[in-house]
Amino acid sequence: MSVFVDTDSKVIIQGFTGQHATFHAEEAMNTGTNVVGGVTPGKGGTTHLGLPVFNSVAEAVEETGADVSGIFVPPAVATDSLLEAVDAGVDVAVIIADGVPVQDMVRTKRYLAGRSTRIIGPNSPGIITPGECKVGIMPSHIYMKGRVGVVSRSGTLNYEAVSQMTALGLGQSTCVGIGGDPVNGTDFKTVLQAFEGDDDTDVVVMIGEIGGQQEVEAASWASQYMSKPLVAFIAGVSAPRGRRMGHAGAVIAGESDTATAKLDAIEALGHRVVRNPADIGDTVLRAVKETGEGAGTGAS
Amino acid sequence: MNIHEYQAKSLLRQYRVTTPRGEVVYTSKAAARVAEELGGQRWVVKAQIHAGGRGKAGGVKIGNSPAKIAEITDQMLGSTLVTAQTGPDGQRVSRVLVERASRIEREFYLSMVVDRDAQRIVVMASAQGGVDIEEVATADPDAIHTEYIDPGVGLVDFQCRKVATAIGLGKKTTSFTRLLKRMYRLFRDLDCLMLEVNPFIETEDGELVALDAKMSFDDNALFRQGDVVELRDFDEEDPKEVEASGHGLNYIALDGSVGCIVNGAGLAMGTMDAIVHHGGRPANFLDVGGGASAEKIANAFRIVLQDPNVRAILVNIFAGINRCDWIATGVVQATRDQEIGVPVIVRLAGTNVEEGRRILDESGLELIQAVDLDDAASKAVLAAEGVPA
Repeated sequence: MSVFVDTDSKVIIQGFTGQHATFHAEEAMNTGTNVVGGVTPGKGGTTHLGLPVFNSVAEAVEETGADVSGIFVPPAVATDSLLEAVDAGVDVAVIIADGVPVQDMVRTKRYLAGRSTRIIGPNSPGIITPGECKVGIMPSHIYMKGRVGVVSRSGTLNYEAVSQMTALGLGQSTCVGIGGDPVNGTDFKTVLQAFEGDDDTDVVVMIGEIGGQQEVEAASWASQYMSKPLVAFIAGVSAPRGRRMGHAGAVIAGESDTATAKLDAIEALGHRVVRNPADIGDTVLRAVKETGEGAGTGAS
Repeated sequence: MNIHEYQAKSLLRQYRVTTPRGEVVYTSKAAARVAEELGGQRWVVKAQIHAGGRGKAGGVKIGNSPAKIAEITDQMLGSTLVTAQTGPDGQRVSRVLVERASRIEREFYLSMVVDRDAQRIVVMASAQGGVDIEEVATADPDAIHTEYIDPGVGLVDFQCRKVATAIGLGKKTTSFTRLLKRMYRLFRDLDCLMLEVNPFIETEDGELVALDAKMSFDDNALFRQGDVVELRDFDEEDPKEVEASGHGLNYIALDGSVGCIVNGAGLAMGTMDAIVHHGGRPANFLDVGGGASAEKIANAFRIVLQDPNVRAILVNIFAGINRCDWIATGVVQATRDQEIGVPVIVRLAGTNVEEGRRILDESGLELIQAVDLDDAASKAVLAAEGVPA
């Protein structure tokens, strides 16, 4: 089953004919993703990678029945593309761009009211259900089908965590990169809720970073309502205050925003926390072993 | 991106928010002239640096004659102001704002920020103005009134009336509503992240005036804010960080001895954390970003090595959108073309990792290769301490 995307997902790519979009669409298709077409305004009616190109998302959805859109356009036009995808009614819109103005996202979230699209990102590496569907820029070969759900802000930390798990034989159900921006389409709590309801997920790993309280809120929800073990890592224990650490959202504004404060809070809520990022895989393995025989392994 | 107080006030005036009359000056002579032109009996000289906490550090002074204003300006210009927010090195003062002193009846606090948890713009106001708002928030949180703005309808009059009443300006709701809505328009039009007026005052004549102003803008929106970009003052920023951003690198100087070159902001932070976990201290945060070319890696080495405290360099790459062979070529080139002088530890993973390792092996350079993050951090910390590999 997995969360948000799976083998039944029909994917279109916005900005389809661009260089990055082409590269990642091809890679996704090679690893089993059902890409059904793409959108590049002005190039409608042509074909790209053997698939139809449309002028608008609405047209693409109408013609192909697509329910997922991967948005591979530059930040300055990303909000426009995102709103178009929402308007066309796709179930999931994944937005990769790093550099979307935060007030655009504030307005976009308001625009979502009464609509059903789930936005993943911006500033996201994407989402992958290994072997079934990938919408994003992550290197597919490090992922392995299995029963651990992973949610992170950062792309590269997602890769780091996943590679540690895969090396230990721990496969993943779905890996969601919610993105490093302060206002994002989907927060940690929402992803934890989805994993809790997913029959293919036994253990959940949450990889956060400094700034904001989303991780603590998610952990707080989990301690009340989640039956599956949660393992959390928060990057930035060594980060100075008041400085933006690469991601637009990664800045310590107050005491509760620090990595240590968030780790302590999550631990106090009864979850496993990882203090050294090199220990993520081992900690997940321990959690998996405690949940029972064979759970979380690649065997399925 | 941050701007100076005098620039923020100029923007406020463009949106018809009243500020004290004044002018920015670069010499004591000009300061005396401005005081004379402004008229009155008392003037304020305010050091223009981006960091807050100027008042307590001696960066805001009052004088009662143009000669005194010139004297204060003379002392301030060229001096280094160390405030609670500048760090121990302080910030050099190269310009001051001279304003006619206001006759204050009451002081208030007013700010707007993009609240990441609410995912809305929020107005915060308090009757306790002119003091450190974080102290108020801790000691007396009820003294701060907040109002969230729905981006669909914007800031609505009734919300302004609520704020006015909450901070004791119930008798001036009309002028306060006008002020707040103008500030909101500025905030929205110019893609602000933060706008703080502390204090805003009611004068003895009953006028509402922005006595101070602090603004920061969304870096992600600067592409559509050309007029704001013009206000950037590079003297207020770390020259190495400015240079790095010119090369597409995100660099932040820290105080440790392990130089870091990493791809991705999350992994860059994670790498720093792993170094700390092994008892070391990172010398910097550096994200080379996606599409890291050999040239980018060479620039990264050069910038990291400008820091004299660096005793070892850790290159940690988990290539997704990047490719390990490009990175490896960059590392080899950088270590051939420049005098490195410290041990270099390289950990490669992800796209094209075999090819990357082969390039490093065949280079014949004395690079220390690491198999994973833990190995990399531990080797880097030992190398920085001078333990031979």
